Amino acid sequence: MSGTDVLICGAGRTPFGRSEATGRQLAIAAVNAALADAGIGWSRVGAAFGGSDSAGLADTLVAQLGLSGLPFVNVKNGCATGGSALVSAVNAIRSGMADVVLAVGFDKHPRGAFDPRPEDWGLGAEYGSDGLMVTTQFFGMKIRRYMHDHGITPRTLALVAEKAYRNGVLTPGAWRRKALSAGEILESGMVSDPLTRYMFCSPGAGAAALVLCSPEAARAMDGQPVTLRSAAVRTRRFGSFEVFSPWIPGGALTSVSRDASAAAFEEAGLGPGDVDVCQLQDTESGAEVMHMAECGFCEDGEQERLVASGATGIGGTLPVNTDGGCIANGEPIGASGLRQVYEVVQQLRGRSGEHQVPGDPRIGFTHVYGAPGVSACTVLSR
Amino acid sequence: MTTDPRSQAAPGLQGARCSGCSVTVYPADDACPRCGGPAAPVALPGTGTLWTWTVQRYAPKSPPYQPPPGGFVPFALGYVELGDVRVAAVLDVDDLDDVRIGMPLSVTAGPGVPRARPTTPGEEDS
Repeated sequence: MSGTDVLICGAGRTPFGRSEATGRQLAIAAVNAALADAGIGWSRVGAAFGGSDSAGLADTLVAQLGLSGLPFVNVKNGCATGGSALVSAVNAIRSGMADVVLAVGFDKHPRGAFDPRPEDWGLGAEYGSDGLMVTTQFFGMKIRRYMHDHGITPRTLALVAEKAYRNGVLTPGAWRRKALSAGEILESGMVSDPLTRYMFCSPGAGAAALVLCSPEAARAMDGQPVTLRSAAVRTRRFGSFEVFSPWIPGGALTSVSRDASAAAFEEAGLGPGDVDVCQLQDTESGAEVMHMAECGFCEDGEQERLVASGATGIGGTLPVNTDGGCIANGEPIGASGLRQVYEVVQQLRGRSGEHQVPGDPRIGFTHVYGAPGVSACTVLSR
Repeated sequence: MTTDPRSQAAPGLQGARCSGCSVTVYPADDACPRCGGPAAPVALPGTGTLWTWTVQRYAPKSPPYQPPPGGFVPFALGYVELGDVRVAAVLDVDDLDDVRIGMPLSVTAGPGVPRARPTTPGEEDS
């Protein structure tokens, strides 16, 4: 990583799922958990970055956290909200703006699929009135083509979800904590072919927060820091396949996840082969399959064998989404990216309890992806 | 120059092609999304093949969705390769079980989004 090392000294999350609490209340709980983990009070935080997609402004949290006068920047960057807050926090430390910086992401969504408006996407009203403004359609169509090109079967999609629920059972803060078999997942009803109901995550509520520090500041704390080797955010290049596209260019597809992960690995001076535990955006089963290849962990098509062999399970050679991912935790858009980092931090500290990856993992990786073609990745080490 | 495809008398789709990098876009736009250069209107081929597809199994949220007079019924949709551009379209097929990647389709502009139906013999060269 160029410049000063940045350490994560505190990490906190709330349970994810449905909640009586507001998104802001969840955010306060996550921040307080992260501060307690770092062993510091709010007054020690010198700058903060955070946001939600639809649960309010992060900077209003100071009313409950304490009116300390610190600079608090709101981030609103879709699925990359957490990642962008993290990158901003890293830069704040590197630039000398502050030596202890908070990143927080939270959200709370109503039940059911998201309901975007075509005009917000620069599309004609007919895309909404004719029924093409449905996010699940995109996921179904992207994995459909991928399965055709690379020999992935529906059973592999079911095994990915089966593993997510199995890991969710072992993760105290997860939403879906009931094991489901591949057969039950395949038979749960088609939503957007070839994806069934239990292959999808659901919009939900939750919050996660991190305390980032300079090496000097970290030395004065009691916690067990993890090094953030890199954090990269990218937007799509020409030629990618994204949600709500009236057209896509012919030829081979570009991938913003490929670009962001390559940038994160290059900055960290590490490669996918070095990673002991990773979290990949799993909006649905197909996304996890494709992101394994887009982030460099396997060749296109290799997932069919890897998933069946159990390689992506907690005891496998490449544990993926050890906390159950979005499928078991749900998708509070602003919180998911930092939930992933929380999970890797705990894995590298050896504090993940029943879902701990064996063998003292040393290197971790996180990846979020979302509309309209944005990805954020991190590489962490202990 | 932006052309509303719904105003065309011809049944085909109206796109635009960049004079600099030869990228074709749909719907027609006056700027190329790749290089930002000027793009001129171009008629897209009327037939192509299905690149990918899915089925909308549940009624989308209303608004913005406006179900047909008889109420919602599951429908297929996908991307049809028309030359060097893949266009999103509703697929008008008799049986959802017959949809396959690579199937030949004829695509027309209508009052709403593009619609595609299986190509009948003799249409391939249109």
